Amino acid sequence: MNLALSEEQEMLKKMASDFLADKLPKATVKEIEESEQGYSPEMWKEMAGLGWMGLAFPEKYGGSDMSFLDLAILIEEMGRACLPGPYFSTVVLSGFTILDIGSEEQKAAYLPKISSGEAIFTLALTEPSASYEQSGIETKASAEGDNYVISGTKLFVPDANVADYMLVAAKTGKGVTLFIVDAKSPGISTTVLKTIANDKLCEVVFDKVKVPKDNILGKPDQGWPEIERIIQRAAVGKCCEMTGCIQQALDMTVEYAKDRKQYGRPIGSFQVIQHYCADMATDVDGTRLSAYQAAWMLSEGLPCTQEVAIAKAWAGEACQRVMALAHQIHGAIGVTIDHDLQYYTRRAKAAEVSFGDAGFHREVVAKEMGL
Amino acid sequence: MDFRLSEEQVKFRQEIRDFLEGEIKQGLWEPSCDAWIMGHDPEFTKRVAKKGWIGLTWPKEYGGQGRSYIDRLILTEEMLRYGAPAACHWFADRQIGGAVVHYGTDQQKKELLPMILKGEAYVGLGMSEPDAGSDLASLKTKATEDGDDFIIDGQKTWTSGGGNMNWIYLVARTDPDAPKHRGISEFFFSTDLPGISVAPIEDITGGVHFNEVFFENVRIPKTALIGERNKGFYQILNQLDYERSGMERLMANYPLFEAVINYSKETKRNGKTLSQNPLVRSKLAQLKIEFEIGRLHMYRVAMVMDEGRAPNWESSMSKIYGTAFEQRLAGAAIEIAGLYGQLSPESKRVPMHGMAYHSYLSSKGYSLQAGSSEVLKNILALRKLEMPSQ
Repeated sequence: MNLALSEEQEMLKKMASDFLADKLPKATVKEIEESEQGYSPEMWKEMAGLGWMGLAFPEKYGGSDMSFLDLAILIEEMGRACLPGPYFSTVVLSGFTILDIGSEEQKAAYLPKISSGEAIFTLALTEPSASYEQSGIETKASAEGDNYVISGTKLFVPDANVADYMLVAAKTGKGVTLFIVDAKSPGISTTVLKTIANDKLCEVVFDKVKVPKDNILGKPDQGWPEIERIIQRAAVGKCCEMTGCIQQALDMTVEYAKDRKQYGRPIGSFQVIQHYCADMATDVDGTRLSAYQAAWMLSEGLPCTQEVAIAKAWAGEACQRVMALAHQIHGAIGVTIDHDLQYYTRRAKAAEVSFGDAGFHREVVAKEMGL
Repeated sequence: MDFRLSEEQVKFRQEIRDFLEGEIKQGLWEPSCDAWIMGHDPEFTKRVAKKGWIGLTWPKEYGGQGRSYIDRLILTEEMLRYGAPAACHWFADRQIGGAVVHYGTDQQKKELLPMILKGEAYVGLGMSEPDAGSDLASLKTKATEDGDDFIIDGQKTWTSGGGNMNWIYLVARTDPDAPKHRGISEFFFSTDLPGISVAPIEDITGGVHFNEVFFENVRIPKTALIGERNKGFYQILNQLDYERSGMERLMANYPLFEAVINYSKETKRNGKTLSQNPLVRSKLAQLKIEFEIGRLHMYRVAMVMDEGRAPNWESSMSKIYGTAFEQRLAGAAIEIAGLYGQLSPESKRVPMHGMAYHSYLSSKGYSLQAGSSEVLKNILALRKLEMPSQ
């Protein structure tokens, strides 16, 4: 057992952190958040140039053949920097799914496009039921000749406004099937939702959208187990992002407490503030340890249902405790719109409810415990 | 990064489990919470010593096994999981032996380590005093030089293991004129001496594991001094990092955790098992989540030690976390049992062998001993986060 990063991983972390510090000051985050697209095409190209999109994909698909664990390190840095945009949707939600269950033709057709930054993908899974259970899927796909016809409403679809392709989960004869859908297909209409993280979650209505049968991803009717794996990967990815988010919130808070003086001394010298910070650090480390344990297990292909659920249930609530104390210590300046802290506060809340909140994952743990 | 145990470690864990299960099957002892500190069983300790499981991490030249801290964590984890009565050797193995290895003279190593390895040193920890708790450096017990001896006078309190000890680890003032942190020394000596008296303190569970110990004109040889004279406080700071590093900080009441899970699966209320009640399910799952997070903290500490670094804030973090977890576990167990939760272990209807009742009360002490959570948070703030002290 050891927790050390390899030399290669240290380099990746440093490269990511330097790049994001340089290219993504909070003024830029704000600009991107407020833009219609919700990402910077220019930075997207640069990220692709750095090999970030294909990081964990095989070389033959334009990737760098690194692992999910390596990706986790990169995602943590993205969380630290509040990177807006469709990276998570394209790589974690979609690219890995295609790699996992796509046919050779599909992998060869789509993964190089992801690696090169040419195509943006997303996953259209959740619906007005707001559920991560199979029973929450009402969208239907019916076979008609060589096509399937998809009708229904998907809700909370990230980055659908800029996606070139969507992986769509729909009810078919005896189960759920995943389809790769061209986002420009007739019958798709997308509306961006206003959200706390100011990210681009969308409502996507499918009105008799025709999809060729060849675009089935994996086996017809048997998509749900893969969707569970998608949720797992996404939950772990979110945990890594949240680790970066609250690590940065803690670092900012400690710095502030060292600088800010009241009663003639830095507030960080008061035990009550010190103890708040100690509590935050303990929550941050618990989040990091469990996130990386889960990421490592996924990376190694080990069964990790329980470890993933533990990590996400923990991270969701730990983030809330950390952000609450970060605000308490920052005082009034922290609740102004011009202060950086609010970016983290908003993102941490969104991440808490994404891909299973603590209640959802506690139930997974309960089942694993045989309760 | 690698979260896997090696094959040898997996085998080692199994070997420990087989040994402990064999002991339980033979009826040699019954698993219980807090047995690491309350369960004095000299015969068990001898059997553990025979396996070579005392001094596991010490260098081979001193009779240890030269094994890793992860190995040792696995050992203590299993001892605690099975609620094994390991109190006779726990302190000697956990911290005194290590201090002797680190600070002892060759002569001390030769004399003391074999005794510890054989499981013959039942150690009491003479640190706190009535006016020196968290502020240990203000202790008053004196060690006055007299020829080849020191004369000890004073009083210790909350002395863990004091009732069963045959050796004591004592911190005393050797230079009354020096600033308080710079006049303290560490001693380790047999308690079979005139002038030492012990008064048990009954804790809120009705049990006795800490004591008052009085020293009146107790003459000890100078060879009892561990490390450098007047540097004791700084040696202690380092030793405490190790004292706080172990699994007992998370798992002292582990047998209760298993018991409350089983109780919830087996106990019906209104025609349904408790484990089917969403609130109970959620509570138990949350405890499991918190337990596993704690376990990662503990393993992190062992990994830091295996890197050759003192866990100088990591063990504080894991101890704060672990002792708070134990308290939540015990509280939740009583709540899940409802009205039954308040029954004392003597009641014939008491659930979970009375472990919830006992553990609820005993867990209050663990966030105090070996560094109160508040002192440990100060350590985290100053050492890890480098916050200003004034």
